[in-house]
Amino acid sequence: MHSSIIRYRIFPLGDSAITIDFGNCIDETLNKEVIRRFNQLQQQPFPGMIEAVPAYNSLTIHYDMVAVRKKGTDALTIFQWVEQQLLERLEQPVEHSATKERYMKISVCYEKEFAPDIEQLAAIKNISVEEVIQFHTSKTYKVYMLGFLPGFTYMGEVDEKIAIPRKPQPVNIVAGSVGIAGKQTGIYPLASPGGWQIIGRTPLKLFDAKRDEPTLLRVGDLVQFYPVTKKEFEEIKITEL
Amino acid sequence: MSLKVIKSGILDTIQDNGRYGNQHLGINPAGAMDKYAMQVTNMLVGNKPGEAIIEMHFPAAVFMFTQPALIALGGADFSASINGEPVPKLHAIVVGKNDVLQFHKPVNGARVYLAVGGGLVADNWMNSYSTHLKAKAGGYQGRNLRKDDELLLRQPFSVSVQREEFIVLPWQADTKWSDDSKEILILPGNEWGRLTTESKENFTMTSFVITQQSDRMGYRLNNIPLHSITNEEVVSSAVSFGTIQLLPDGGLIVLMADHQTTGGYPRVAHVISAHHSKLAQMKAGDKIQFRLTDQQTAEELLIKQQQHLLQLQNACTFRLQQYFNK
Repeated sequence: MHSSIIRYRIFPLGDSAITIDFGNCIDETLNKEVIRRFNQLQQQPFPGMIEAVPAYNSLTIHYDMVAVRKKGTDALTIFQWVEQQLLERLEQPVEHSATKERYMKISVCYEKEFAPDIEQLAAIKNISVEEVIQFHTSKTYKVYMLGFLPGFTYMGEVDEKIAIPRKPQPVNIVAGSVGIAGKQTGIYPLASPGGWQIIGRTPLKLFDAKRDEPTLLRVGDLVQFYPVTKKEFEEIKITEL
Repeated sequence: MSLKVIKSGILDTIQDNGRYGNQHLGINPAGAMDKYAMQVTNMLVGNKPGEAIIEMHFPAAVFMFTQPALIALGGADFSASINGEPVPKLHAIVVGKNDVLQFHKPVNGARVYLAVGGGLVADNWMNSYSTHLKAKAGGYQGRNLRKDDELLLRQPFSVSVQREEFIVLPWQADTKWSDDSKEILILPGNEWGRLTTESKENFTMTSFVITQQSDRMGYRLNNIPLHSITNEEVVSSAVSFGTIQLLPDGGLIVLMADHQTTGGYPRVAHVISAHHSKLAQMKAGDKIQFRLTDQQTAEELLIKQQQHLLQLQNACTFRLQQYFNK
């Protein structure tokens, strides 16, 4: 059941991908629609579809031009044929219940050695470090999308009281670092240059190429952070090896 | 039973068509930079076009074969030699035990492909042999090749050859397909309209230089800064091989094989798929001239390129059969 009609716009992303754009903003309702449509396409891919990539407010589908040309018709360009396939699917309603949300608890050590930016964030926002931790752990966040790095989750939204812009220049960030960028929060699954303000670190492996499902979190998950001491961090880390 | 690295190169990795189906997990496809060259090179040795292959940059590795093999080189020309004797690219070559393959200087292009008949033993990660350097998975232990690495051949080369010397087989793959454009053709991106009229003109009227900050992830381009009519942020969304993003400093970056799955910079244009190969053989200091085209032309060019590959594949299969069965 749709409470309102969700509008979208379709545009080509080059010659072998197509994007369905639900609006240039971060909005939970739109993101839910993205995830529903992503699931729908996973179940009903069109001939020549390679894969779909959900983002905050858009869903992009990569396709194989040669395979589409074989299936499609000469009356339409490859793009037009793909667009038609998508429009047909978008006209079909998708049930809300089709999307099951998982609830994931993520331990984070907010101690200074793991949180290079927490003191400055507290100072800028005129609150204590304890309050930063409290604000960060008091909400459940939604995984809106994965991107940037294997297993990197874009989650939101943090309380305005701890929202802070990313750094102007990227620095080297340790794997497991938990950061804030604007109202987004996220976890670096791998060591990488990055600009998010780091307020803690999780001992959990967000990404492990050896696992069957290499990423710990999926798009649509609900995430709750909880604070652990350095000792607990080390203990959990051992079990993760 | 192997191909041994006796000296390491700057960035030599095992690649294939890339790893698809995982971009929703943030796992980018990787794969060969120049897939056209990869396919041609594989075809020359009778492999399937997307077989795992070695992609090399200059300076490239030095290899020694510990057993006979059928090989081919494609893509860039790095002035290759076997046992010190120059060997041409785009020919199948029968090499013998203890033959040494090396590369002397970059003549043209940026990436050489080395295919071995029957394929190489490589790590399969999520349905692809391509090396994912960040995830440290796929290819050869998820990393670039180093001295003393031994790449095993999936099948021994069993055809008996007359001489002890290596043999360059007498036909050459014709990589030219019906594309005569000197420029790199682009399609306007969703944020093309954000460019000022002047910047749109500069995009196609002036040329761009590929800077040193260019690698398998993307090419940073130098030009007079381009301007946007709005500072409105773009919410992060998917990007693709060939996506050209406008950076905050007015510069451009063209995304290549190891690009991220998503990005938040304006996507001002996209290099057409049929020109990815041409782009992948450009290097720091090279000039790019862009020209706008339309969706249909882009599609037709890719189909033509694909048709040429199919013809080439048939020709290679035929020649190999004829040569080894005579």
